[in-house]
Amino acid sequence: MTDTLSQSTSQAAPDVVAEEATVKIRVRDLDFYYDDFNALTGITCDIKAQAVTAFIGPSGCGKSTFLRCFNRMNDLIPGTRVVGTVLLDGQDIYGPDVDPVDLRRRVGMIFQQPNPFPMSIYDNVAYGPRLHGVKKKSDLDDIVKTSLKRANLWKEVKDILDRGGLTLSGGQQQRLCIARVLAVQPDVLLMDEPCSAIDPTSVQKIEDLMAELKSTVTIIIVTHNMQQAARVSDDTAFFLQEVMGEPAHLVEFGRTAEIFTSPKDKRTEDYITGRFG
Amino acid sequence: MNEPIRDKESGLSNAERAPKLKLVSQSTYLKEAALKNLFLVCACVAVAGVALIFVFVGWRGWPVFSEIGVGKFLLGKEWLPTEQLFGILPLFVGSLVVTIGALALGTPLAVGTAVFLSEIASHRVRAIVRPAVELLAGVPSVIYGFFGLLVLRPIIAKLTGSLGFGPLTAWIVLAIMIVPTIATLTEDALRSLPPGIREASYAMGATTWQTISRVLLPAAKIGIVDAIILGMGRAIGETMAVLMVVGNAPVFFHGLGQPISTLTSQIVMDMPYAAGMHRTALFGMAIILFLVSMGLVGIVRFIQRLREEQ
Repeated sequence: MTDTLSQSTSQAAPDVVAEEATVKIRVRDLDFYYDDFNALTGITCDIKAQAVTAFIGPSGCGKSTFLRCFNRMNDLIPGTRVVGTVLLDGQDIYGPDVDPVDLRRRVGMIFQQPNPFPMSIYDNVAYGPRLHGVKKKSDLDDIVKTSLKRANLWKEVKDILDRGGLTLSGGQQQRLCIARVLAVQPDVLLMDEPCSAIDPTSVQKIEDLMAELKSTVTIIIVTHNMQQAARVSDDTAFFLQEVMGEPAHLVEFGRTAEIFTSPKDKRTEDYITGRFG
Repeated sequence: MNEPIRDKESGLSNAERAPKLKLVSQSTYLKEAALKNLFLVCACVAVAGVALIFVFVGWRGWPVFSEIGVGKFLLGKEWLPTEQLFGILPLFVGSLVVTIGALALGTPLAVGTAVFLSEIASHRVRAIVRPAVELLAGVPSVIYGFFGLLVLRPIIAKLTGSLGFGPLTAWIVLAIMIVPTIATLTEDALRSLPPGIREASYAMGATTWQTISRVLLPAAKIGIVDAIILGMGRAIGETMAVLMVVGNAPVFFHGLGQPISTLTSQIVMDMPYAAGMHRTALFGMAIILFLVSMGLVGIVRFIQRLREEQ
């Protein structure tokens, strides 16, 4: 497996030095446990900055679990444990003195179900800045406006900012959640199947948004939709749990174009061509 | 051509061979009809009960309004039946003071309990605390009264330098009594929030306390107000426990440890011996209590409709 990985990385990036400089997250030998159950094993990969990385694989292969390692959301589930290192800009996020609360401000997350708070659109977007001490009305107004603009939602909601976030359509709600996260200016945006619960037109809008955002934010997306992974991502990681009850692992990681056209691993090819999963 | 297909052995057509469906028997039909009506009767008895109480209390209490006058009855400052003075304002104020004090003490306690149960406690702790809270609702109110009388009253007597009969003791007793009502309903309200908003808040970098105070409690606001009003209904109507600790002096509130009286406790105190207009006035007080609780039920219904609209 390690062979596959080094091969694909070296092929994808002839200029290794330049590549090194733009690595945002470095994962080394990561194992993940739910109590005694080893869910993920031996994961090593580099997530590039200002790019979209897609995690694909059959249901239950641990790709969402892996995604939630990057903002330590798994800490909230009792009995979970991470072994190995995850470096964000060179700093171990599982280091003993790292505050997960501060980490989550830098690593934002979008969930499968749009989950705006039952409060106004304005308050939804202002939630993060207020948490982190922004109090002045004019500052908040600016942040709310900029964030909604970056999430391509401003035009639709600029006159109804005091209306409840839950009155919006599913796709708008998801973009509201993106605006809410952008308001705290994260470096990394984790998206856990962000499009699987919304209508096709909205999916298009969110995919366009990802393309716009990636110049400033590193995006990692978990998706079940192979076409989506091919459309939006620069790099793709394929995860697989080969035997029930055994840990899942990273089968192949590389440039999306290569993974989808000439995968190195037979299992990747089988999955992409729809032979299983 | 139109000859039906016949079985070779029996010579019967398929339709003739098929088992016939049974007809509904007369007895089944009667049983169904009887049961339907039985349930209707059950529902009617409950409604009739409320209606009859209202008519009875209204009929017996009405003269107090027509003969003494609404103003003199409701706003009269003195309750001296022997002098034919039937002003219930001190009693009404007493009920209000006791209820509001109990809510002020009991609401934070109950909401705190609900937040603990729904957001903080582990499964094992919850399995112990929740039944304990529910058990509080099942304790007869006379037991609360005893507890207030024998445990709280001496302590409060020492603290306030009085006999200890009065609003403060009643507040504490009632606060404990309304905790299960408010706590269980608040917990329901918290649990019925969309499940994703907790994760969303944590993922935004909020702490547990920030998530509770800035997202969960505001989102459950309507449900909590609902719970508080139901708790208020329980506090206003509570009689036995209040009677045992409040001192039962039909005067205005004038100190934490000084005896006062409430509408409910005064009715129980006076009913055994009251006659004539005194008795009518007690029924008049019952009408007031009835209207107050109807008003509270109305507010709760209104709030629930608000909640459904959200």
